[in-house]
Amino acid sequence: MAQLKAGSRVKSAVCNAELMVIAAPAGDVDVRCGGAPMIDIGADGGGAAFDPNFKEGVALGKRYVNESGDLELLCTKPGEGSLSFADEPLKLKEAKPLPSSD
Amino acid sequence: MNLMMLLEMASQGFADRVAFTNGDDTLSYGELFSAAGAAAAAVKASGCEQLAVLDVSSLAVPISLFASAWAGVPFVPLNYRLTDSEIEGLAAQITPAYFVSGDERVDALSKLPDVQVTSRNSFLEEARSGSPPPDLEWSMDPEDIAILLFTSGTTGAPKAAVLRHKHMVSYILGSVEFGGADEDHAALVCVPPYHIAGISAIASSVFAARRVAQLPNFDAEGWLDLARSEKATNAFVVPTMLSRIIDVLEGSETADLPHLRALSYGGGKMPQSVIERAMKLFPSTDFTNAYGLTETSSTICLLDPDDHRAAASSNDPAVRRRLTSVGRPLPSIELSIRDDEGKPLPAGERGEIYVRGEQVSGEYLGRASTLASDGWFPTRDGGSVDSEGYLFVEGRIDDVIVRGGENMSPGEIEDVLLEHPAVSDAAVVGIPDEQWGEAVAAAIVLKEGTSADADELKSWVKQRLRSSRTPQLVAFRDELPYNETGKLLRRVVRTDLGVAAS
Repeated sequence: MAQLKAGSRVKSAVCNAELMVIAAPAGDVDVRCGGAPMIDIGADGGGAAFDPNFKEGVALGKRYVNESGDLELLCTKPGEGSLSFADEPLKLKEAKPLPSSD
Repeated sequence: MNLMMLLEMASQGFADRVAFTNGDDTLSYGELFSAAGAAAAAVKASGCEQLAVLDVSSLAVPISLFASAWAGVPFVPLNYRLTDSEIEGLAAQITPAYFVSGDERVDALSKLPDVQVTSRNSFLEEARSGSPPPDLEWSMDPEDIAILLFTSGTTGAPKAAVLRHKHMVSYILGSVEFGGADEDHAALVCVPPYHIAGISAIASSVFAARRVAQLPNFDAEGWLDLARSEKATNAFVVPTMLSRIIDVLEGSETADLPHLRALSYGGGKMPQSVIERAMKLFPSTDFTNAYGLTETSSTICLLDPDDHRAAASSNDPAVRRRLTSVGRPLPSIELSIRDDEGKPLPAGERGEIYVRGEQVSGEYLGRASTLASDGWFPTRDGGSVDSEGYLFVEGRIDDVIVRGGENMSPGEIEDVLLEHPAVSDAAVVGIPDEQWGEAVAAAIVLKEGTSADADELKSWVKQRLRSSRTPQLVAFRDELPYNETGKLLRRVVRTDLGVAAS
């Protein structure tokens, strides 16, 4: 469990995934990848276990949100684990692309 | 947050895809990443605190942009049209600086104190033959300065806008879909690197994994040739560029650019007649008007392709007028029109445009932030929104003419003058007047083969606007003074007409 600040990065303890925090609720946030709590970008996974219920993968450049929309993560490195907020799986955020302006 | 994160993602996902094309030379995303790392190491080793580029668009520009982000020093693109002494003045604000320069400026730069200069070609050669040192990591502090951009100074001396990594990255994440471009997409970039649109074009294209074809020096024929040979699918132009492109196409049925899916424009006021003609000449192209300022990390409002088509095909004057609007704010931007005291105004009323959002900097080097404590930025642009939220920009507040206590927007009078069949271009400014404080004066360029005299144009305005808005002086000129990115130099017009009046 960790406090997440917009712009900071976290990584999976069980796969190669890295994510950047776009938005997060205040206080401690139990965000997980592959069922294991995500860790600081410089930290060591330390043999956390991969929960087979969370292995749909995270895809490069995609955004993931929780139901209430106050937690949003951007995948900066893909991995095999899938994301959850405690036990609630995060969903792929579908946004209507804007027309290219520059 | 760091701009390098955007390139790292693109080079992970699309290492072999071509990122930039300049003439016959290309850089893939993987090569760009590697060259940026090698150049970052050189900048770091130099001990310089800024990376400046004094050059036209070349492959050295994206390498420099990302190398500076990687090395943790601000990227400072300078206007290569400035004189040596003007450059000296700007350089003094950013030393110690590592300069990447076109050959012709290397000697002059090497004489400046605390400047290390490398020619574009040797910079490119070293960056492309090197590789990123394994231990060199970029900072992820969102507060680090990404870019210092000297504003064009059409209303005063140039000052450097400060764009931090958080501003640029927020803008890109809020407006571009990662890897959203297909392999055969290409953006034609003809705005210079010292313009915010030139920088945002690099960052947006990299995150979209869209190839950029660079056009270092704009001319309309060159633009059309490159658009055809590169099969450009996207392009951005300033209004004066579009106007010249249309002039070249005069007499053609269509532009014959079947690959061009999207053409966006911004950086100045687009005359309604130009966009209407462009939409006819480019029937299968989507048009987008992008409004933004250097201080807002580029685009904050968009008039999108559907808006263009709805306006162009409407018989309702209120809807048709939207062709001259800059559209509605991005989802990540809040917008408010306020009076002189900062109180929000309802739709339809004119005031100052305020914006708020993660991409908004509102900060200048060495000065206090212009953002209010709640994050709102007064843009110093005047405008109004209509009942559906479409924004109409009327120009700089500082250009407002105050005649006998009455505030007048030059844009409103210019629009009326431009509707006259003989007028091809018009600039309205305030000139000193003993009786009224300021008087309205107009500089007019007539269309070839037409004629109109001063009295005719004065009564044209008088019939359509209040008599106080009728120009006291109408002077005819062969052309109006614009800077190279299409901004009208009102100071020059004001001086010219002030002399003409006295």
